[in-house]
Amino acid sequence: MSAEPSLIAAPAPELARPGANAMRRLLRNPAVLIGGTVLLIMALIGLLAPFLGTMDPGAINPATRNKKPGFERTIRADDGSSKVFVHKMGTDSLGRDVYSRVVYGARVSLIIAVSVAACSVFLGLIIGLLAGYIRALDGVIMRVMDGLMAIPAILLAIAVVSLFRAGLAAVIVAIIVPEIPRVVRLVRSIVLSVREEPYVEAAIMQGTRVPLLLVRHILPNTIAPLIVQGTFIAASAILVEAILSFLGIGIPPETPTWGNIMAEGRSLFRIFPHNILYPGIFLGLTVLAVNMLGDGLRDTLDPKMAGR
Amino acid sequence: MNAEQPVLEITGLSISLPGGGDRKHAVEDVSFSVAPGEIVCVVGESGSGKSVTAFSVMGLLAKVLKPVAGSIRLEGEDLLSATPQRLRALRGDRMAMIFQEPMTALNPVLTIGDQIEEVLRIHTELGPEERRARVIDMMASMRLPDPERIHASYPHQISGGQRQRVMIAAALVLDPALLIADEPTTALDVTTQAQILKLIKELQGRRGTGVLFITHDFGVVAEIADRVVVMEQGRVVEQGPAEQVLKAPQHPYTRMLIAAVPSLKPALRQPMTGPMALETIGLGKTYRSGGLFQKQRSVVAASQVDIKLRRGETVGIVGESGSGKTTVARCVARLMPPSEGAILVPDIDIAMLPERRLRPYRRKIQVVFQDPFRSLNPRRTVGDSIIEGPVNFGLAPAQALERARGLMSLVGLQPQALDRYPHQFSGGQRQRIAIARALAMEPEILIADEAVSALDVSVQRQVLNLLADVQEKFNLAILFITHDLRVAAQICDRIVVMEKGVIVEQGPTGAVFSAPAHAYTKALIEAAPGKSFGL
Amino acid sequence: MLGYLLRRLLATIPVLVIVAVLVFLMLRLTPGDPAAIIAGDNATTQQIELIRNRLGLDQPILTQFGIWAGNLLQGNLGESFFFKKTIGELILGRIEPTLSLAFLTIVIAVSVAVPLGVLAAYRHGSWIDRIVMGFSVLGFSVPVFVIGYLLIYIFAISLGWFPVQGYQPLADGFGGFIQRLILPAITLSVIYIALIARMTRASVLEVLSEDYIRTARAKGQVERIILFRHALKNAAVPIVTVVGIGIALLIGGVVVTESVYAIPGLGRLTVDAVLARDYPTIQAVILLFSAVYVAINLAIDMAYMLFDPRIRY
Repeated sequence: MSAEPSLIAAPAPELARPGANAMRRLLRNPAVLIGGTVLLIMALIGLLAPFLGTMDPGAINPATRNKKPGFERTIRADDGSSKVFVHKMGTDSLGRDVYSRVVYGARVSLIIAVSVAACSVFLGLIIGLLAGYIRALDGVIMRVMDGLMAIPAILLAIAVVSLFRAGLAAVIVAIIVPEIPRVVRLVRSIVLSVREEPYVEAAIMQGTRVPLLLVRHILPNTIAPLIVQGTFIAASAILVEAILSFLGIGIPPETPTWGNIMAEGRSLFRIFPHNILYPGIFLGLTVLAVNMLGDGLRDTLDPKMAGR
Repeated sequence: MNAEQPVLEITGLSISLPGGGDRKHAVEDVSFSVAPGEIVCVVGESGSGKSVTAFSVMGLLAKVLKPVAGSIRLEGEDLLSATPQRLRALRGDRMAMIFQEPMTALNPVLTIGDQIEEVLRIHTELGPEERRARVIDMMASMRLPDPERIHASYPHQISGGQRQRVMIAAALVLDPALLIADEPTTALDVTTQAQILKLIKELQGRRGTGVLFITHDFGVVAEIADRVVVMEQGRVVEQGPAEQVLKAPQHPYTRMLIAAVPSLKPALRQPMTGPMALETIGLGKTYRSGGLFQKQRSVVAASQVDIKLRRGETVGIVGESGSGKTTVARCVARLMPPSEGAILVPDIDIAMLPERRLRPYRRKIQVVFQDPFRSLNPRRTVGDSIIEGPVNFGLAPAQALERARGLMSLVGLQPQALDRYPHQFSGGQRQRIAIARALAMEPEILIADEAVSALDVSVQRQVLNLLADVQEKFNLAILFITHDLRVAAQICDRIVVMEKGVIVEQGPTGAVFSAPAHAYTKALIEAAPGKSFGL
Repeated sequence: MLGYLLRRLLATIPVLVIVAVLVFLMLRLTPGDPAAIIAGDNATTQQIELIRNRLGLDQPILTQFGIWAGNLLQGNLGESFFFKKTIGELILGRIEPTLSLAFLTIVIAVSVAVPLGVLAAYRHGSWIDRIVMGFSVLGFSVPVFVIGYLLIYIFAISLGWFPVQGYQPLADGFGGFIQRLILPAITLSVIYIALIARMTRASVLEVLSEDYIRTARAKGQVERIILFRHALKNAAVPIVTVVGIGIALLIGGVVVTESVYAIPGLGRLTVDAVLARDYPTIQAVILLFSAVYVAINLAIDMAYMLFDPRIRY
């Protein structure tokens, strides 16, 4: 019989059913609101890229190489009329419009973020459940994961991309591989602790078979932590893609990605810092938004981990 | 009444509870005093506000809890209006406190000696040599063996009882006027509890310390109290000399609490002659850890356990922590495989059956666990939890729900409550639900693993009555695991006493209590608090 | 104690073996012919055949692994195609800049992050806490090369306080050495500071809610001593752990930072090797970095004993 510890330590934590009111609490969390809104805007920018006053992001024009932001260029159409196009963010060394490339770049970053997060969480969940519940597999799986974890993530990604011909799929695979062991560890540790819970033991006593036990009693406990973890994976995926592209070993340079724009701008950085500045701001803002969303999600969905 | 100035005087104290709670005040209009050399027990169930009161004296309340009315005076000095600096000067010097969990209350990375000396460093100008001498001296008077060694030890290197002695030493080293003890023996084994209670009583008597003792246990109250303050729902419902409150309680709540304490005198019981339900032969469990690159360690948790259990009979396994009683229960329930021996139910040995072949026997044995807050899946409705087993064994959900409704009324809950979630129920109600879930399987054997230990006494009694009812109704064999001799005396037909993994004694409850054969059984009975009061 | 050390050392062997196998398999599992990729798009069949022969790719896979692992155990990391040197030599020539950069970064990061984290925990919920947490989220969000170029633009180009890029060996004078190293180290430390500060804050916050902190208050202890004597030592294990885990982050950052600042270290070597598809060099560098990472974390494991008497081996 405890002596009202909750009263002394802090107001009693709501022993509510997890998931109850989660939506309402989420919408009250400022980090979730701000991060979510910024991400929504970025997604809209990516989706609506052709309608945002852009031109073909791959169009090379030797006449407009290396122009500072605000440069005005007159475009003549076939019917003889002409209109003025303003390079809001200047042009790069091939004369491409940086603004258009930055706007289209949002697409690649978000595609990578979502696909990497979804794939690593899904694969990690399956492997983690197997490792956590099947003793015979646990040792083998975890040793391989230890091995993967021992290789610093970016190096592992670099090694994986070096094996394929550069491209979106190669980059996505390269970022997923180092993330999987982290998800596996998380899922496995949840499984190991939850299977000791009396309610799981009670279900065993009720004759519930292992597959049902996993799905009904153990899996639900992994959902909130995995949503949080998936968000942080998305943030790191955007960063790693940018780093790989920046190093010249990521997505082919003609594709407009934020990392590629910056890689292209490296050589003339001293004269034209905007080629790094503008994509850098978009990139930083997006990752910041994802991280804020992640922090907010963790505070509301996973109070045990709050503040980490 | 003592004519001297009281060391502690609380008048009209109210402490507000932050919004959203079921009541506005954690503590409301509380008044009592502690005279020098007097032990005042504040007793109540969980949520009574007894601990909040204690912490408010020390000025250690969580920030959200604010005293809104009344006064607290320590030797005449008002504490509620004292500055933080003044409160710090008083804490450890004029008032000291010991806590429920002696393990977590000591800093794990500092030595014992260091942590007692800290009080002297804060409040005195003594040099290192004098401090050390004084602390060693204090530790010796706590009857801590080999004070020099313990002085240099870390908390994890000494036992729970020793840790609590260390806490008391640190609290009393400066001879405070007031000692606040917040459930100081609740986390300890019963024999250790008896020693600590004796020590506190002896020390405060010798030093004239006033003691404010917080407890939920009327047995402890009977052992130690000079005066008793009974709290319910944040209010004082009765106070007076211990003799008077225990022997002639006025308030109905006090009467109910005292009546709910199970008696140590076992009821008369006929020996059970029903058919055998369960028999363990030479049951043993050894935990092994370590692997290729780790040290091999093995711990024998239980060995050579022979228990017989008949239909309609309740057999209690009693023992302190580390006795192996829970290990035996978990092996019998086959929540883990035993290392050796047989488990007959009653003619097939399930000890080593693989899960696949074990399945038909799962429904024969059911368990009610200790912690009612963790034994129900918080994400599933109570109804889903109850019908899970029957549906697993092929019953149609509609029929299973029908059975669940019947069981809900049987355990004293409304059948409509089936579609609610566990968090909408109290601890006692959840334990009823857990019993209903076990009964839904129509078992022959029910294992109750400390099933009433986490409940307040009043609730405990109701759940025990329920268990007795369903036993009669379904002719259940109950294996009752408990550390509490009083509970065992009331409910068990036979008792098995375990110590350090082996059975030291077993027999009919009446015989074990009236003529214990083994020294350990005698010590256990001797140590049960409140015995002298006839509780 | 010695026995434990030995057991732990032995236990790292499987991890390193698995790393070696993974690294080895990666090259062999490449879709397509590694020899063709190495040779480049306009190589002749003979050139490809020559490379295949030199790499031993015509042998069965187990034999290949045997030869490679055997060489590895003798300290022979192989030969780089691209640099036409043994990889051992190559690495030795590149190790000083990377070590210096990493060391300076760790010093800066720990000495900034731990006090910030403690302060944030102590003033939980205050504006200091919010600034530290905000900085840490920001530090996680801006890629290291953007920070690098930002610092170059401000401190090297606009203010002219530091040279823009390059490296000067320690042997050529400490002044020039440190002047060229300080911007890269600050760049690299940002994410590391974010990580350590966050963990320090969380760890100290958790310790501050422990029962023994309440006991110290009940003794009348002042908050300053509670923080530094009772709390920090208990919070040390997770902090030290994250410093070790962060080494992985640091190694990743080294690769990028050396590229930004044109520092001829191992990170730069890695990128050059990948661009040249110089597989033996890639393998060797990854193995080396992983071994260092595992070794540092082993050392940190051992260091736990200094902070926590409950950990005895």
